[in-house]
Amino acid sequence: MKPKTIIEKIWESHKVHSEEGKPDLMYVDLQMVHEVTSPQAFEGLRLAGRKVRRPDLTFATMDHNVPTENRSSITDAVSKKQMETLTENCKEFGVEVADLNSPNNGIVHIIGPELGLTQPGKIIVCGDSHTSTHGAFGALAFGIGTSEVEHTLATQTLWQSPPKTMEVRVNGRLNPGATAKDIILAVIAKHGVDFGTGHVLEYTGEAIRGLTMEERMTICNMSIEAGARAGLISPDQVTFDYLEGRKHVPEGEDYEKKVEEWKALATDKGAEYDAVVAIDSEEIEPMVTWGTNPSQGVGIHGRVPSPDDAKNNAERKAIEQSLEYMDLEPGTKMTDIHIQHVFLGSCTNARISDLRAAAKVAEGRKVADGVRAMVVPGSQQVKLQAEEEGLDKIFKDAGFDWRQSGCSMCLSMNPDFVPEGERCASTSNRNFEGRQGKGARTHLVSPAMAAAAAIAGRFVDIRYLEEVITN
Amino acid sequence: MEPIVTHTGNTAVLPRVNVDTDQIIPKQFLKRVERTGFGQFLFFDWRFLADGRDNPEFELNQPQAAGATILIADHNFGSGSSREHAPWALQDYGFRVIIAPSFADIFYNNCFKNGILPIRLEEEKVYKLMENGKDKKYEITVDLPKQTMTDGEGFEETFAIDEYYKEMLINGWDEISITLQYEDKIDQFEKNA
Ligand code: SF4
Repeated sequence: MKPKTIIEKIWESHKVHSEEGKPDLMYVDLQMVHEVTSPQAFEGLRLAGRKVRRPDLTFATMDHNVPTENRSSITDAVSKKQMETLTENCKEFGVEVADLNSPNNGIVHIIGPELGLTQPGKIIVCGDSHTSTHGAFGALAFGIGTSEVEHTLATQTLWQSPPKTMEVRVNGRLNPGATAKDIILAVIAKHGVDFGTGHVLEYTGEAIRGLTMEERMTICNMSIEAGARAGLISPDQVTFDYLEGRKHVPEGEDYEKKVEEWKALATDKGAEYDAVVAIDSEEIEPMVTWGTNPSQGVGIHGRVPSPDDAKNNAERKAIEQSLEYMDLEPGTKMTDIHIQHVFLGSCTNARISDLRAAAKVAEGRKVADGVRAMVVPGSQQVKLQAEEEGLDKIFKDAGFDWRQSGCSMCLSMNPDFVPEGERCASTSNRNFEGRQGKGARTHLVSPAMAAAAAIAGRFVDIRYLEEVITN
Repeated sequence: MEPIVTHTGNTAVLPRVNVDTDQIIPKQFLKRVERTGFGQFLFFDWRFLADGRDNPEFELNQPQAAGATILIADHNFGSGSSREHAPWALQDYGFRVIIAPSFADIFYNNCFKNGILPIRLEEEKVYKLMENGKDKKYEITVDLPKQTMTDGEGFEETFAIDEYYKEMLINGWDEISITLQYEDKIDQFEKNA
């Protein structure tokens, strides 16, 4: 038999209908729902007199609008209405929802894995582009628009053209100080902000195999920042160990049986991809972005580039646009950029290991004068776990704000935002214009680098933090 | 959905790369629970000054772009967030056709569900159109069944589009109704699972 990639295997096993000249009709195993991209979908069902076909394969949470200070009083009336609408819709259509009172509440891409809803081989969709996060488990997971949310609710299927496949090989071992976040930022910096368009990426290589599940999620999360339809990693023992014992994962013999199925999903030796890109881990330094798209990043010892460095017209334009918005001069050292805000959070980097990495940096130190730093755990479970480990205390002692979970300043739909013209070191995934507030300037970094920036008041190489602050 | 067969309209030129859906419709406007009324917020941060007046510098506010229904955009248009509010806003503002060298996948897909025709065209041809339309009113006619576009002044191009999506736009189909014709196959699939 011809060797196959995991992407082809999942595709073939989910085709409900296929005919010449049409996309394939694909079965969806799990749809995650949140309050921002679902109201119009439920409304569409209601107007057409349709039901949710498989409420049991649908799971909702509220995250985007959630206030992170005081959850019991939501002052923004429109946000409140959106959350109430979700609660009502879920009730009417029989969908389980982790609302603000649920201990399972959190960012949609954090709770899916936490609850074991996310499993290898599934097709998972959500009206949210970072659905690619779930690919870390060897699931084919992608973001869809609200019309497709409605379509999936009504039919449990989607029309999709088969994707092209691309291997993203990360060779060698990571440098000390470099993390999963730096891998993905480096890959996108090297290959561009749209190199993945039309493709599903599979991350392979020694560096990827050495990552924990949480780190793998960080990488897959940002596949969309490369323009990819999805990104995934073939499952292995690390995946199975993470899943064992979680709420929605089968137990005992059923679990053993599942594991055998999951093992068979991994990409076969000798399988071919439509495209291959590679990066050597030795090239990867702790990264910082300087621009307004995630490919505009450099290693911490790098400098802000000049439009003259551009390889083509489109890149030149992109650099010019970004320098203007970010108010940066070509040639500026990254370590000379001062920040006023630090945001530790988002579905990219707000799992327990991310908070541990940041707490390790913050422990016994103080946030620099003039810097406002906040930690927003990715879910209520992460928050609880962190508090059990005393991480909240470490952060608070160092001068960080310790918050409730939610998307928060990743997109600032809730009351948290960065004021115009100020800079933020952020562990989120998008440095777009206005993302963290109108005129806000976002620099993407790993959790440890964000914590170090909070302490130093500017970007520093996490490996030399001690020298920087004692000098 | 409103069908598109042929469409003639004025163009607006937006020569910026990587225009993401956060720019097309900023997050503060995603809180509505309706599908309509997003046009007033289209490109909000670029389109309006702090005091609420039109930003005269912004491309869509220039006189030659008045009443435009065809948007000529640059590489990687619609990147980032999957929010369908982006095509809703473009459509509500009046756009029916978007021409660009490349689009982000989710946005491209979302357009078809909302009666917007996204056309991928080679970079140099798009830049030619931008040149033609940048300082004057510039009308284009798009013929979807024939997959052609022309400006009546010598510019004539064909474009590629997936047959399925083409049919969908021409007929203004509701995709769910199409899918429900395959309901027994979905039942069967579930039984075998
Ligand atoms: S944390 Fe940010 S990227 Fe993730 S789902 Fe929330 S808003 Fe989207």
